Amino acid sequence: MIRYLLPLGIFIIIVGFLFVGLGLDPKKVPSPFIGKPAPEFNLPRLYKPEERVTTADMKGKVWLLNVWASWCVSCRAEHQVVTRFAKTGLVPIYGLNYKDEPQDAKAWLGALGNPYVASLADQDGNAGIDWGVYGVPETFVVDKKGIVRDKVIGPVTEEIVQERLIPLVKKLQAEEG
Amino acid sequence: MRVLLLICLLAATAAVTANIETYKFDDARKEADYQTLVHELRCLVCQNQNLADSNAELAQDLRRKTYEMVEKGLSKDEVVEYMVARYGDFVLYKPPLQRNTLALWGGPFVIFIIAVVVLIRIIRRRPSSSERLLSEEERQRAEQLLKQQTEEK
Repeated sequence: MIRYLLPLGIFIIIVGFLFVGLGLDPKKVPSPFIGKPAPEFNLPRLYKPEERVTTADMKGKVWLLNVWASWCVSCRAEHQVVTRFAKTGLVPIYGLNYKDEPQDAKAWLGALGNPYVASLADQDGNAGIDWGVYGVPETFVVDKKGIVRDKVIGPVTEEIVQERLIPLVKKLQAEEG
Repeated sequence: MRVLLLICLLAATAAVTANIETYKFDDARKEADYQTLVHELRCLVCQNQNLADSNAELAQDLRRKTYEMVEKGLSKDEVVEYMVARYGDFVLYKPPLQRNTLALWGGPFVIFIIAVVVLIRIIRRRPSSSERLLSEEERQRAEQLLKQQTEEK
């Protein structure tokens, strides 16, 4: 009897592994930054290139960094969601305009609306590398102490905003700065 | 005519290789380090390719970054550390041995041991080879036949 049951058992185990594997998304690489200080940046603002924004400017508040580009199709998809979220005024959202041409980026924001407190232009992608960006759009949640607390890879959906971002932001805002 | 054809062929190969940038190194060891690194680091956009093979923008940027760091005199470990700090262990094609990779590193050995145990059991179950396969009579006959054959030669 065991002769026949053993292969069946092995088969079922393999099927189990494969089934779990089906549900995993290889694009979702865990970010090594969660729980670590946000990488420093010092970038010009998209609309006022002479003004620069640094991570030190955000100290003491919870903020979001939304990485986007005009060439990125799924950024277009999430833009409405991000805009709606920004309008609630719950949390300042900064845009990191990743490897983009300033005039393309401005045209894009002009057409679709600008939800960002400030857009930071990372034309050569160096800040993107420092933040471990590999697939735009990506959204980071940074707490009052400047620690990265969460990262959304891929487009932000209404569901993610309601169930993940809003509760997290509220929790972080209640924390001591 | 043949020369013209050769030139055309050479031009074609130049066009094929032109999309991978070449970096100049002042030191052969640095170049070797760079080559090892771009072969061992994974491109996170096209995940089954390393930096050397990938043509994604991110891979180009990371190659440039690797080049800059190697040129600056950073060691291979320092470059790897830089990448892991940003992209996590996933950027390594050769994962480090740590708690969450134990199954990955140990798995093959465990499977090997199981295979050896199964193999030994299968071999044991077979009739042992020391069992007499020929009776005394048959053995003598076989010997005789063999002897005859060698004498005939």
